[in-house]
Parts: sequence; structure tokens; C-alpha cells
Amino acid sequence: MLTLPLEAQQIQRVKTLAREIAAQVQDFIDLHSSDSSERTVLRLYGVDGVTEDGIPLPNRLVELLRESRLIESGISRPFAKAMIKTGLGASETAKALHEGKVRFSELGSIHPELVQKKEQELCKKAIGILDRTRLVKREKAQKFGNPEYPWRYLIVASGNIFEDRTQARSAAFSGADVIAVIRSTAQSLLDYIPYGATTEGFGGTYATQENFRIMRQALDEVSQDLNRYIRLTNYSSGLCMAEIAACAAIEDLDMLLNDSMYGILFRDINMKRTFVDQYFSRMICGRAKIVINTGEDNYLTTSDAIDKAYTVTASQLINEAMGHNALLSDNLLGLGHAFEINPKIKNQLLYEISHAQLARQLFPDAPLKYMPATKHKSTDIFYSHVMDTLFNLVTIATRQGIHLAGMATEAIHTPLMQDRYKSLANTNYVFNAAADFGSEFQIRPDGFIAKRAQEVLDQAEACLIKVHEVGLMQAISEGQFADTYRSQNGGKGLLGVFTKSQDYSNPILAQIKAEGMME
Amino acid sequence: MSDNLIKPYGDTLNDGLVQLSFTLPIEASARARKAAEAYVAKLNFEEISVTHYKKIADGFTYFVVYARAIPVLDYNLIQAQEVESKGMDFYEINKQIAEKFGRKLTVVGATIGTDAHTVGIDAIMNMKGWDGNYGLERYPELNAYNMGAQIPCETLLAKAIEVKADAVLVSQTVTQKDSHIRNFTEFMELVEAENLRKNFILLIGGPRITNEMAIEMGYDAGFGPGTKPSNVAEYILSRLMEKQGISR
Repeated sequence: MLTLPLEAQQIQRVKTLAREIAAQVQDFIDLHSSDSSERTVLRLYGVDGVTEDGIPLPNRLVELLRESRLIESGISRPFAKAMIKTGLGASETAKALHEGKVRFSELGSIHPELVQKKEQELCKKAIGILDRTRLVKREKAQKFGNPEYPWRYLIVASGNIFEDRTQARSAAFSGADVIAVIRSTAQSLLDYIPYGATTEGFGGTYATQENFRIMRQALDEVSQDLNRYIRLTNYSSGLCMAEIAACAAIEDLDMLLNDSMYGILFRDINMKRTFVDQYFSRMICGRAKIVINTGEDNYLTTSDAIDKAYTVTASQLINEAMGHNALLSDNLLGLGHAFEINPKIKNQLLYEISHAQLARQLFPDAPLKYMPATKHKSTDIFYSHVMDTLFNLVTIATRQGIHLAGMATEAIHTPLMQDRYKSLANTNYVFNAAADFGSEFQIRPDGFIAKRAQEVLDQAEACLIKVHEVGLMQAISEGQFADTYRSQNGGKGLLGVFTKSQDYSNPILAQIKAEGMME
Repeated sequence: MSDNLIKPYGDTLNDGLVQLSFTLPIEASARARKAAEAYVAKLNFEEISVTHYKKIADGFTYFVVYARAIPVLDYNLIQAQEVESKGMDFYEINKQIAEKFGRKLTVVGATIGTDAHTVGIDAIMNMKGWDGNYGLERYPELNAYNMGAQIPCETLLAKAIEVKADAVLVSQTVTQKDSHIRNFTEFMELVEAENLRKNFILLIGGPRITNEMAIEMGYDAGFGPGTKPSNVAEYILSRLMEKQGISR
């Protein structure tokens, strides 16, 4: 078995550092909520639909609550009161609030016990959604069996959900285990979730609850036909992290891209907003058993994959610690990394094996998400195809969990149907040809691979010590990650963050927390 | 009759051999194979050989085909405007800027519109550069401002005016539904509306960009895949010398 001679004590040290870094951030998170987190509560309470101007009702209600200067207590209690007052269901009450037939500021006095009872009833429904999808996923896994790792993960990105559906069926037919619908570029900057089925997008397809439903239904049919569990992935990132997680839970998605720092670094979303939202989104994922995929691979597209390899490791450790804080079990932590070293570097393959094996050993129970080359992909598709062959070899040799199939046409366009087929043909070939490669060889303890991994781990430890000293928020402001500088009060979405009042209420979060990690 | 008629080359001059691969929306079968052959014949090929076909989804078949192209092309009639490069390096370019201008040149770059990809603009501008070729931020004789991705056209132009840019680099990676063309056009229209076209050298870049495309849209030049930071720096230097009538 490939094994790096790592010291258990050092692993202990870096994990402790990461845990303490995450704990500091958690202190901040626990005192705050955000507009999108409150919208998430509404969605799980059953509020759906849009106003006549196309504004999602959850957005409209949070806006009204802000206008009434009541946001600091959270939306749960005032919404429960409004429901008592109207005697209607969730979406109907939302409409009544929107139309001004009921106002948050004029709900009058309702006995606190009645309000609490209503909140409990709504919360039970919300938790019921998360528990239902957890069981649905378990049943599917029992019925079809789980594929062996590495899972083959394929993207579709036509912009049109109905074309995506055709592409997804084809990818499943060629052997995909997981389908990811790439989001339309810049959706992460929208402070709302678009509504309904969509057929226009740029570089991807809008994440909407209806689009989730359409693709889920298609993949469930394909699962039946192929007698394999085909999983579905989307993106819980940007300004609507927790809301997307709620929609994903409602529609039985299996995985979500979800990173504690990605939005801050790569989309310039305010860090306070991101930390608050990622927590609630992950609490939902943990309860709904949605695997998260973190975004460390992105560091290597902006920074050098050798010089800054340690930032990937440091970030994985932080993402793991924050995931644990949000009650994610290890088997839900698809920590990210990537095969992004310049192919002209001598022994590129040895570097990649070293980095991939380091991640494998640091997180033995996590289904690591391993990304193919993108930055150094050539417009010579034949060359790029060969690069993917080596990537496939590293995946199987180091037993990665979630394998994002590389595309020969990566540097040219979003994949064509035949690009996916060729990619999977390559992947299937290598995974079979080198099935037991990893268990037949040992890593020389004094060799290049072992020394390189030790170097990266040492650098990661030094980085974490620095981050620990100043705190994560300050470290990000100083450009510790991805060579990107983000200030604590800069970026998008800060206005949507607020300090919780003494009587703040979010029973969903409270119950998930009280009941702990679920089997 | 031209003496420069050409055809694709396989292993013998004028054999016209071409490799094709494509997908047809039909179920894999002997009939599908025939259909692929017939379709390639319509594209003006002969001696068509479908070497591989495979079902890749219900109702879709993938083909690999070899065929001989029939038409010939008179190469003498083909003209293209390539960005001229003498292959100057980092040191030579900095030296020339210092000598010819006696001041630092200013360059602003951004990925505009909704496109979130910084990969192109970063490859050219970031300190590190790529493939061992330093990025523009590293050039001591350049003030380089990389604004990143998803920058509105107005913001990019405002920055260019603010820092008195000599050159503006506009990057686009996403090309779905020709969004790159729309974005490039929007920026150019904005510059022209403000009557500022003469103030800047305007360059575009991205994986699907050609120099012709750039010139057609009114830009000075366009840079496609494989472009090194030094190619862009050299172009800015020589174009600015040309514009200001400075001799080489």
C-alpha cells in the first residue's frame, strides 16, 4: 500500500491548530445570522414562489422584516405569528405579508406559548424534510449498492436544463457515478435563487429548485434503467449558501460544492457573510447527508501548484475542522485538491502522487474530491487527453474518493457529449488497468515523494501557526490564501449580516445542534 | 493557375487525408454507420472510412472517420494579420521602455461582464506569469493593474481613465452564446461613446480569440491560447512607439 512515513504527532498538531482556528471563527458565527440564513428558515418552513415582479417570496419577507426593524430576532417567530394570524399555510401567509394584508409590525400580542407551538410545528416540518431525504438516500444506496471509490464525477453545463438532462443521461450511460450541473457564471453573486426551469445560462445552468427537481427525476429514471445509483451535485456557494442547501435537501441532491473560504477568496463575498452562511448550510448538509465538496483546487489555478501546495493542505484542515463544527461526519467531507502542476516540470507525476497521497493520509475517511488539470490544459486536445491519463493514474493509485473526469477540450469549450464519452473511456481504462497499482508499490521513505510530502506538511503547519496567531479573518486579509487579499468589511453581502438579539430564534438550527451528528 | 495549391497532408503530398470525430443523434447500428459515411460525403470527402463507432447514449452514436478531402486551396490567396513579435524578453522590453519613453507605461486589465474566469488575465498579468514567463506586474517599467473578473465595462474604463492607462487588456473565457463578442462590443462602444478610443491601446485575449476578430471589432490586437506575457508587453511597447512616432 502506498504510505508516506508521516509522524502521527505532527498530524495531531496540525489538526489541533485547525480546530482552534475554526473555534475562533465559530465564536463569531454563533453571535450572527444573515438575510440568506433567515430566507433558508422560510424555505424549510415551506415558503416557495415569487411575487408578480419575480422576487422570491423568502427575499421579499426578509426585506419586509428588515423594514420593520425586527430582523435581529430572526424571522422564525414573526413568521409563526403571521401564520397564526392568517390561519393559512406557509406560502399563502407569505403572500399575505407581501400584499400587506398582514404586517410584521402589526401582529399584535399572541400568547407566547401559542407562538412557540407554531414554531415547533414548523420546525418539525423542516427537520422532517432533512430526515426524509436522508432516508431516501439511504434507501437508494441499499437498493442499488454504492459504487466503489473513486466515484466518476462528470459535469454538464449547457445552460439549458433540458439539454443538460440529455447530456447527463449520456454521461451516466458511459459510466458516470455523479452528475454535476455547473452553475451559470456569476450566480454566486446573486442574492436570491432564481425561480423555475431555465433554458438560458452562461457557462452553465442556473441553480433553481425546479431545475434540481427536473435533473433529479431524470437521474432517478437512469438509476432504475442502469441499476446504479447516479448521484446529483450542485453548488451551495456564493450569497445563498444555506438556501441552496435547503433546496438541495428538498429535491434529494447528494452533493454540494460548499467551501468555508471559496466565496471570500474567489468571488469577493464578504467573509463574515460567508462564515455565517457556510455554517447553516453545512448543518443542513450534515442532517440531510449531503456530501460537501470543498474548493481548494481553485487555489492552484491562481497560485503556483508547487510553491503554494501547502495552502491546499492548510485549507483542507480548516475546512475539515469547520465541517466538524457543523456536525458533518468524515464520510461527507469531500475535501478538494487538484492535479495542477505544470507538465513541463520534471517529475510532475511524482509531485502529484506526493500531494494526493498526503491528502489521502491526512483525511483517511474523507472521500477526497480530486480535480483534473485545467490551467495547463492545451488546446491540442490530444495532448490534454494524455494529461488526463496520468491524472487518472494518480487517482486510482492514491485511492481518491470523488474523481472529476478531465476533459480533453477543457481549454476550448464546455464539454460536448463525445468529450465526456472519451474522458470516461480513458478513466474506465486506467481504473481497471491499474486497479491494484496502489497496493503493489511502496513509497521509498527517503525518496522524492516522501520528502516532498513532508515539505508540504511542514509548510502547512507553519502557515497554520501564523493563521492561528492572528486569526483566520486577519490571515485572509493578509493574503495568506490564494495570494488574494480580502478585508473583513469588504466584499459583497456584508449588509445582509446582523448580530442576533437576546431573543433570537432559529429552531431548526437549534434542533440540529441539540441532536448532534446523525447516522 | 497558381503554383501553390494545397490539401491536407497525411503521409503523401496531396493525399487530402483528414481525421474527423463527431456524434450523430441516432441509435448505433449498421444504418447509423452508413449515415455517417453519407454525411461525410456531403461534406465533400471521398474514400470515407468509418474506423470506429459506438453508442454513447440512447439515441446517440459517436464516430471516428478518416476521409480524403476533395477541394484544393490556393494558398496565395490567403492573408492573415498576425501580431508581429520579435520574441523580445522581459529584460529587453523593460530596457526599451526606459530608453524610448523615459517613464513607466501603465496597463489595466480585467475580465468583463459576468465572466468569472481570471485564468487568462492572471496568466498575463500576475507577478508569477506562466510557463516561466514573468507576468506584467513583475515588469519594473510597467504599472500593471489587474482588476480581476466580473468587472463592469464602466468600471474598467473608469480605472483606465483614472490611472491614465496606455493600454487596456480585456479578457473573456466564456464564449457560450457568443457572450464574449457582446461584451467586447459593449466595451468598445463605451470607449467610443466617451470619445476615448485614441487614448488607449485596446487589446483582447482569451482561448477563443484571434487577432482578426479583435481588429474586426475595432481593437488593436487579439491574443489567443499560448500567448505569453512578454508577447503582450512587446506588442504594447511597439504599438505605442508606432502611435507616437518613436523610431525603433
